[in-house]
Amino acid sequence: MNPLTKPWIWSWLAAAVAFGLTIGLTAGHGAGELAYAALSFGAFAAIVGLGQMLVITLGPGNVDLSIPATMTLAATLALKAMSSDPGTAFLGLCIAIAVGLGTGLANYFLIFLLRLPPIIATLAASLIYQSIAIWSNRGLRIKPPTGLADFATGRFLGLPNVAWVGLLLAVLVWILLERSVWGRMLLATGQNLRVARLAGVPVELVRATTYVSVAVFASLAGYLLASFSGGAALNMGAEYLLMSIAVVVIGGSSISGGNSNVPGVWGAALFMFLVVSMLNSYGAGAGVRNVLTGTIIIGIVIAASTRRVRA
Amino acid sequence: MLDHESALIVTLVDAAKHFGPVRALDGVSLSVAGGDCIGLVGHNGAGKSTLVNLINGGLAPSSGNIKFSEGATALVAGVRSVFQELSLCPNLTVAENLKISHSALKGPGWRRTARAEIRASLDTLFPGHNIDADAEVDTLSIAERQMVEIAIGFAPRGSRARLVILDEPTSSLDQGIADQLLTHIKRFCASGGAVIFISHMLGEIFEVSNRIIVLKDGKVVAERGSGEFTRQGLVDAMGHVAPETIEESGPKGDYGPEVFSTSQGLSARQGEIVGLSGLAGHGQAEALARLYLSRSSAWQSSKSPEVVFVAGDRPRDGVLPLWSILRNISISVLQQTAKRGFVNRLAETAVAADWKTRIGIRTDDVKNPILSLSGGNQQKVLFARALASSAPLVIMDDPMRGVDVGTKQDVYAMIRAEAVKGRTFLWYSTETEEVCQCDRVFVFRNHEISAELTGADITEEKILGASFEMQEAS
Repeated sequence: MNPLTKPWIWSWLAAAVAFGLTIGLTAGHGAGELAYAALSFGAFAAIVGLGQMLVITLGPGNVDLSIPATMTLAATLALKAMSSDPGTAFLGLCIAIAVGLGTGLANYFLIFLLRLPPIIATLAASLIYQSIAIWSNRGLRIKPPTGLADFATGRFLGLPNVAWVGLLLAVLVWILLERSVWGRMLLATGQNLRVARLAGVPVELVRATTYVSVAVFASLAGYLLASFSGGAALNMGAEYLLMSIAVVVIGGSSISGGNSNVPGVWGAALFMFLVVSMLNSYGAGAGVRNVLTGTIIIGIVIAASTRRVRA
Repeated sequence: MLDHESALIVTLVDAAKHFGPVRALDGVSLSVAGGDCIGLVGHNGAGKSTLVNLINGGLAPSSGNIKFSEGATALVAGVRSVFQELSLCPNLTVAENLKISHSALKGPGWRRTARAEIRASLDTLFPGHNIDADAEVDTLSIAERQMVEIAIGFAPRGSRARLVILDEPTSSLDQGIADQLLTHIKRFCASGGAVIFISHMLGEIFEVSNRIIVLKDGKVVAERGSGEFTRQGLVDAMGHVAPETIEESGPKGDYGPEVFSTSQGLSARQGEIVGLSGLAGHGQAEALARLYLSRSSAWQSSKSPEVVFVAGDRPRDGVLPLWSILRNISISVLQQTAKRGFVNRLAETAVAADWKTRIGIRTDDVKNPILSLSGGNQQKVLFARALASSAPLVIMDDPMRGVDVGTKQDVYAMIRAEAVKGRTFLWYSTETEEVCQCDRVFVFRNHEISAELTGADITEEKILGASFEMQEAS
């Protein structure tokens, strides 16, 4: 089979090209460091991207825009509970996951019971989550426990620990989608909700679990990111709003639902980091960098989608 | 048909179409002239739809050629097609849908012209139709949508329709409307137009056509005047050995306990085949969907579901378009064989292979995409999905649309056999012939049950009588 027909190949090719161009400038120096940084920062984008991919797979109109707020809230509450005390990492993790479960259920509740469109519901809800984070944080910057900070910035077998977590979650999501009954039901629901319901798929259960999953992924990313960067900040999730959607689209998942692509999300997450470092190393200013990043993303999406039609 | 030589519309010489290794059409020669009314028959996947698409320019032939006597393209030559998969835009009004295929219609005030033209066409074809030219298509029933599509096909649209190809136009229409259409076709051909009429209802083929072409495995196996065929001869030519006798030894009378009964008055007993009839769009499909939804959960999936659904409106209710045939069959039975929430892929493959042979899905590999199948074969997949599950109640919403005669007989027999084993069937059909095979029939009128017929009372006259309001009674 021609590998070019796989939609995920494009995000990996793009990441490789961006990597090559950056390294080319320094004649090979710093290749290891660049790859390490890409894996570290890409891991956060990959984790939120995996969650967003599940929601987008649910079909047209489904998206979670409360990811940044959930990340901030989970990180803030977890760090507050741990208050830099050693040995509290697990407690913090549990708090973060509980926040994810809570915001996920709240989002689903707004969408299902109040019948709000997911875009409005999650955007409105994120204002509330953000406010709770502000209220509980009150400008304090609490450091993560040392052990946890060491883990988040540490490495294992040469790869960053956060990248291992991201890889593990990617494998888990892949198994769920490809091999589990729940994955099949999600993919069926995403293709046509009515057909799935008439075929006996418990569509509401699928939707609820999916909205909860994306929030748990976001809160996990928030917890790790705060540990990685030495504390929670109110705007820590901001860049992950566009990022989470971009990695799904660049990764080759169908924006109209029913089709998802786990390897592509990782390729796209690496690419998103590498393209910025490439433009940086070529000395592009902030404005030029944004314009070029946008243009490149559009180019990749066009390449990936036209290939798929022909395949 | 040499006497029509002067008015030749389209000529195909040895036209073939291959999709990869699949020879959908394997060299067909055919000429159509004004006044011809050609009945085109063949089993599912015989190449009927491919032939239509070659004539209307939707597909280019792999070899051979197609010549139009007037102009180079089908459009200029006045060739129109009406598809079995409805091709209207659901978010536009009836008049706006006419505009799409009427490029001459432009400038301010085109809506008024479009409205008048579609109204005139509907009035000619289906007198008393009740379709508003300003209604959005998705508010219409499936039968009404089909009527609009047919009306657009026959509308003048700036030139004149010379050849209209009708692919299964009557499969979602009830008897009365179908008769109106057949009458119009005869009128159209008498005035010099040509029609290619595809139908699995042989009665209709014999009624309208003056020439019948039988396709089998992509080849023309018989082409004769319709007077030279007998019904049986036609079925034989299609190459399906249809069992002539439908066993009359049904278990009439000895049913199990009542399985359900709704406030509307619908009820069924175990092992019974209950038919729903009446004019299309009088609430039968809604009643079935309501019943299904009330007896299945959107929150739990059960290892032994109570009820399964066979859809007739495939794109809306049945087919999962991104998936393979295999996954489309297995979606309703995954729970039954799953181990700890994981798909049992061996069991899944076995179920699909079993049903591929049992119901005769025409594909060389069940891993092919479902959309590679013809409409009738997609319908078989939906049957397989439902019958493969163990659910005691099977709801069927006009499930025979686009299914060929041979397969229909097979499915009837399968339904009978399953009913004897204790499964209950609830079957809505627009074909009175099918409803007459049921043990009990509910006739719907205006979203209410107007009659319940059993045993010898189930006749076409009684069903039609209950379908229409009896003016003299009031």
